[in-house]
Amino acid sequence: MYDRLTVRQKQVVWAWGFLAIPIVFYVVIRFYPTFNAMLISFQEWNLLGDRLWTGLDNYSKLLNDPVFWKVFRNTFAYLLIGTPISLVVSFVIAFHLDRLRFMHGFMRMLYFLPFMTTAVAMAWVWRWFYQPVPIGLFNNFLSSIGIPQVTFLRSTSLALPAVLAPAVWAGLGFQIIIFMAGLRAIPRTYYEAARIDGVSGWTILWEITIPLLKPTIIFIVVFSSIGFLRIFDHVYNMTTNDPGGPLNATKPLVLMIYQTAFNDFNMGYAAAQTVVLFLILLIVSLVQLRILRDR
Amino acid sequence: MNTRLIAASFKGRTAARRPANLGQILRWLLLFAGGILMVMPITYMISTSLKWPHEIYNLALIPNEPHLENYTYVLEDGRFYGWFVNSLIIALITTVSNVLFDSLVGYTLCKFRFAGRYIVFIAILSTLMIPTEMLVIPWYLMSQAFGWLDTYWGIMFPGLMTAFGTFLMKQFFETVPNDFIEAARIDGLNELEIWWTIAMPLVRPALAALAIFVFLGNWTAFIWPLIVTNSVEMYTLPVGLSSFSDEADVQWELIMTGAAISTIPTLVVFLVFQRFIIRGVVMAGLKG
Repeated sequence: MYDRLTVRQKQVVWAWGFLAIPIVFYVVIRFYPTFNAMLISFQEWNLLGDRLWTGLDNYSKLLNDPVFWKVFRNTFAYLLIGTPISLVVSFVIAFHLDRLRFMHGFMRMLYFLPFMTTAVAMAWVWRWFYQPVPIGLFNNFLSSIGIPQVTFLRSTSLALPAVLAPAVWAGLGFQIIIFMAGLRAIPRTYYEAARIDGVSGWTILWEITIPLLKPTIIFIVVFSSIGFLRIFDHVYNMTTNDPGGPLNATKPLVLMIYQTAFNDFNMGYAAAQTVVLFLILLIVSLVQLRILRDR
Repeated sequence: MNTRLIAASFKGRTAARRPANLGQILRWLLLFAGGILMVMPITYMISTSLKWPHEIYNLALIPNEPHLENYTYVLEDGRFYGWFVNSLIIALITTVSNVLFDSLVGYTLCKFRFAGRYIVFIAILSTLMIPTEMLVIPWYLMSQAFGWLDTYWGIMFPGLMTAFGTFLMKQFFETVPNDFIEAARIDGLNELEIWWTIAMPLVRPALAALAIFVFLGNWTAFIWPLIVTNSVEMYTLPVGLSSFSDEADVQWELIMTGAAISTIPTLVVFLVFQRFIIRGVVMAGLKG
């Protein structure tokens, strides 16, 4: 029967043959679970008992949960501190690294190395750095120059930036490499023309380099924002004695989801939180694309 | 993004060498200092893993009497070997699966013309918007129902194919000329042979880039393996390290040793294939 098909028709058969297993995968492992998560978010279920339909109860509970609002603020704090800092730092480093002649490859390697590490391992290294005297590196250094101790991970105000620091650090290498690729794609002639016109270096940066880097900047902003909104590994490992502590000061949404689902087994409530996470990611990405594209 | 961007990033610098001036020297020094700061956590981790417990309070980078006792102690009970093997098997299988399926789907969506092609493409692409964290609860329920909890399959199944990889490969198959495929068809190769013997070799750099990304992603993955594994023997390296470190409490030299054991393999691989990996990351980052 196959032999009687035309060349076109044969290709259609092949195409669907190639797509068969992947389509099953995407339906079963991606679409069905997405749908299921939304469904569970309207139910109350502790894994053992019956699944009870509760309508929007989980969502109204969430909106009246002070912990959720604390977590919501933390999640956006990770985004609003992490994204601009990593964007500016990686751009400055990439800009100068691009102009470096001597030992260029070696320097690039130094900056890229942290990207190859495991978040869990590095969270523990940084956790050690933050310990009080006489253990922690930072406090030892501070006390050696006569500055009083800082209780990084035990302070409700400093713990969040302290947990964020290794996440920013580990992502810098990737962003620097992407920025350097963007910088090299800008035709040299633009710079030469500007130089002939006697334009200052600062103007070249603002009028030529940054506008031409727009696609790269959009990519890095959206990509790193999604990363910071989903922060988990660092927080979980740096605060294992009281995950998300002290007093929920470092708890991001993903950690709240994890605890609600797999410590409290409150599946419906956790599913509602995942739907909120999904909406946050969607809205933040769309807003960023809109703002950055128009400029 | 465009290919010019990628092509340009691999070209060496074309500007003529000018003699170094004061600004250049200052730039080099500042960047060097920054680079040293960047690798400081890694160097301190390795240095502390070579120290005796009484020495860890000492800020010296080079231990007074470096030794490997911590490594023998940590590796003694064999847990780390098991976790290492688990992580390696899972990362390798997932990588192979992604390289095969993502490229097969990318190729099909790029080179075949059939009704429904666009819908399939958009459907797959739309899964990029769904965060993993939204799916972990349904995946857990599924694993529980089918007995996948605490198995390799349970750890691996969510990552066997990715929309990111499919999109990346589709982009790269655009660069394969249709004439090649037509010619092969006339020579009597079937579609599977054309994909495997004609198209795949032409996108080898992209396959390598995809492999690097998928491998690294699975090697460092934490939240899903943490959820799906129960027994210590089934832990992956990050999950094992997390529980080991929590247990080791204040024995920081042992924690640093565990961290070093899980970090050093990827660092060594990176140092050996540096250029290749950086190129792969740029390619995956810009095209994806």
